[in-house]
Amino acid sequence: MIPEIGHYALILALCVSVVLGSLPIYGAAVGNSMLMSVAKPAARGQFLLILLAFCCLGYAFAEKDFSVLYVAATSNSQLPLQYRLAAIWGAHEGSLLLWVFILSIWMVAVSFFSTHLPEAMRARILGVMGLVSMGFILFMLTVSNPFERLIPAALDGRDLNPLLQDPGMVIHPPMLYMGYVGFSVAFAFAIAALLGGTLDATWARWSRPWTTVAWCFLTVGVAMGSGWAYYELGWGGWWFWDPVENASFMPWLAGTALIHSLAVTDKRGGFKAWSVLLAIFAFSLSLLGTFLVRSGVLTSVHAFATDPKRGLFILVFLAVVIGGSLILYAWRAPRVGLGGGFTLVSREGMLMANNVLLVAALGSVLLGTLYPLFLDALDLGKISVGPPYFDTVFVPLMTPAIFLMGIGPLAQWKKASLPELATRLRWAFGVSLVTALALPLAMGQWTPLISLGLMMAIWIVTTSAVGLRERLAHADGSSLLGRLASVPRAYWGMLLAHCGVALFIIGVTMVKGFEVEQDLRMNVGQTATIGGYTFQFDGTQQYKGPNYIAARGTFRVSQDGREVTVMYPEKRRYNVQNQTMTEAAISPGLLRDLYVSLGEPLDDGAWSVRLYHKPFIDWIWGGCLVMAVGGVLAISDRRYRLAWRRKEVDVPAATQVARQTVS
Amino acid sequence: MNRFLIPFGVFVVVVGFLAVGLTLNPRELPSPLVGRPAPDFSLPQLHDQGKVLSSNDLKGKVWLLNFWASWCGGCKEEHPVLIHLAQSGEVPIYGMDYKDTREEALAWLKQWGNPYPIVAVDALGRVGINYGVYGVPETYVIDKAGVIRYKQIGPLREDILQEKILPLVRELQNQ
Repeated sequence: MIPEIGHYALILALCVSVVLGSLPIYGAAVGNSMLMSVAKPAARGQFLLILLAFCCLGYAFAEKDFSVLYVAATSNSQLPLQYRLAAIWGAHEGSLLLWVFILSIWMVAVSFFSTHLPEAMRARILGVMGLVSMGFILFMLTVSNPFERLIPAALDGRDLNPLLQDPGMVIHPPMLYMGYVGFSVAFAFAIAALLGGTLDATWARWSRPWTTVAWCFLTVGVAMGSGWAYYELGWGGWWFWDPVENASFMPWLAGTALIHSLAVTDKRGGFKAWSVLLAIFAFSLSLLGTFLVRSGVLTSVHAFATDPKRGLFILVFLAVVIGGSLILYAWRAPRVGLGGGFTLVSREGMLMANNVLLVAALGSVLLGTLYPLFLDALDLGKISVGPPYFDTVFVPLMTPAIFLMGIGPLAQWKKASLPELATRLRWAFGVSLVTALALPLAMGQWTPLISLGLMMAIWIVTTSAVGLRERLAHADGSSLLGRLASVPRAYWGMLLAHCGVALFIIGVTMVKGFEVEQDLRMNVGQTATIGGYTFQFDGTQQYKGPNYIAARGTFRVSQDGREVTVMYPEKRRYNVQNQTMTEAAISPGLLRDLYVSLGEPLDDGAWSVRLYHKPFIDWIWGGCLVMAVGGVLAISDRRYRLAWRRKEVDVPAATQVARQTVS
Repeated sequence: MNRFLIPFGVFVVVVGFLAVGLTLNPRELPSPLVGRPAPDFSLPQLHDQGKVLSSNDLKGKVWLLNFWASWCGGCKEEHPVLIHLAQSGEVPIYGMDYKDTREEALAWLKQWGNPYPIVAVDALGRVGINYGVYGVPETYVIDKAGVIRYKQIGPLREDILQEKILPLVRELQNQ
């Protein structure tokens, strides 16, 4: 009964989305405010319906209702409750429901935080989001229904893939989807602006915070995915350039470019058409990711069970949504105009270069991801594109972008002077150059890449310090504290996010340059030393988990004769799918991670063991977290808080009327 | 030409490729053994355990090697195709009974028909390892010199047979 209620709620949600996707947009086109006013209640109603459907599926999992096909396929009676609930998004059907659910959360958020927008704009934004959700609900109801019954019911379920039975599964997908789907807001803003023909600085001002929030979620989501791969897969790597990782990284790159381009549109009125295009790109790449994961066109560890019918549906959906938006763009964007002029050496110029580099990086990731498919489609053979390609193209593209990251925030809008910039930055440059050359030597190993990485990181930090100092010098207030307080949070947010990049670069550089790895056979009682740490293997013990049996190894780790920690890596065998999993043991630290994973059992209680010493690896994810915190700080800026409070002050009534007649 | 149409143009091309991609299977991997000499084997025969089937006996003719097992579902699927091919007499199909028990294999052939002149028994799957078998059924086309020319992973279908295997076999037979 409960699953049928969920199914029914989905059908109702589809009906509501049809209403939401048609009446308000039509109303905005003809200036009928009654039709436009449908948008808000429809968006909220749809949210409640999808919430209901989501809870129904959650209930079926919690109650182990194996008469529901999806529940039987992705869970098991022995599976602990938290993983049964996470199994809601453990496979294709349920993760689509999560997608739609999160989309409806964003819609409700827009309906609440858009009171300061003109009604036509709000109606169009919610209408566009309604259209997107219509496509996805239709997809679920036609070929991917999570509520489908299994009659007669299965005695027990086939269980969730053991790889996914991990705390990461509980938070990583919702975070990632919050980011992915969050770009639908920026997308809807862009389409609404194109439809209305009101592509101006206010449009950019409104869509900036939404873009930043989505970007923060995506940053955390991607970082968590990377961290999860690091400790769960047992290979000690943190990024594999797998097609699905790329699928989440490409919207991130587009979103990062969009944030910067929107800043120009907001402050200077420039890059308008470009910002709109990036907003379309960011969401399109999210959709493309959805397609790549679910259609089976590429091989990946993440791929869902594939079904050509599903692939076809998403492809058609993709073609309609993206194709439609790009045609709309081609039709409307030429009228937008270009905004104020600027010289190449100016903040606009730097941000433009940043955008070009980010989009080039995005393009090269896209090319690398789809290249095997292109070749196969042209019958030129099967290849796979791996890390060597991505590393080769990515570093040269990012190096100048990072260099500009230091200069850009210090340059004036419109026209800056190169000699003046050079004077202001000479100390920052000198300090980073000297440290970057000397530091690796002091650590005992010098390679050009280590120095380059360190130099970029220190460059970001020192230029940020220069920027902050200049800002403080010009700020009002007598005390340092007062002057610090007068610096707007948006500026702090930018500094923090940039320094997050610096931390990230330090992490990557140090891990690549100094990590030590050893594969060896260890007998019971034997010791091995890497990176100054001595690991003593005390053998393994059998133990029984809720739905698996495991061999747990004990490693005593000591440094300079002092015991530092005891590590327990595991080798698990999950009962239902009879699959073995490696659970690495990690001893994290600010300056290094120790990482032990069990290979295969050998004779006499000996095991093949893999030991790693990974300096600074946690800085990679720490850096991402700092970037996201920077984003949060930026949207908590005073001007947004004011904007939420005062309603419709930005837009005088007269312009509103004028806009409606234009549209 | 409107430069704002460029993104749309690029997108159309990408969608075209994605559409073609949907019809392809990225898991269909080319075997590194294609173009290499077929690994030698010498195994007892299924029907007459006293005799041995050796790959050396088959030199000088074009033949198919079909890995199958009574426990394998896909083998039942491709079986009518094999029977049909055997009746046409165009090319002999030698069977390799892979990780199977003798009784079940014999019963299976009795029930569904036997397309093979000789079936060899690879009870431990050692020969399967040499041939790089991913999973049964798999079919290899081997030429007169004993070189693998084609590998089919998964069940053989009539269209694959007509479009790929038979033209290849005829070409090899004429060499």
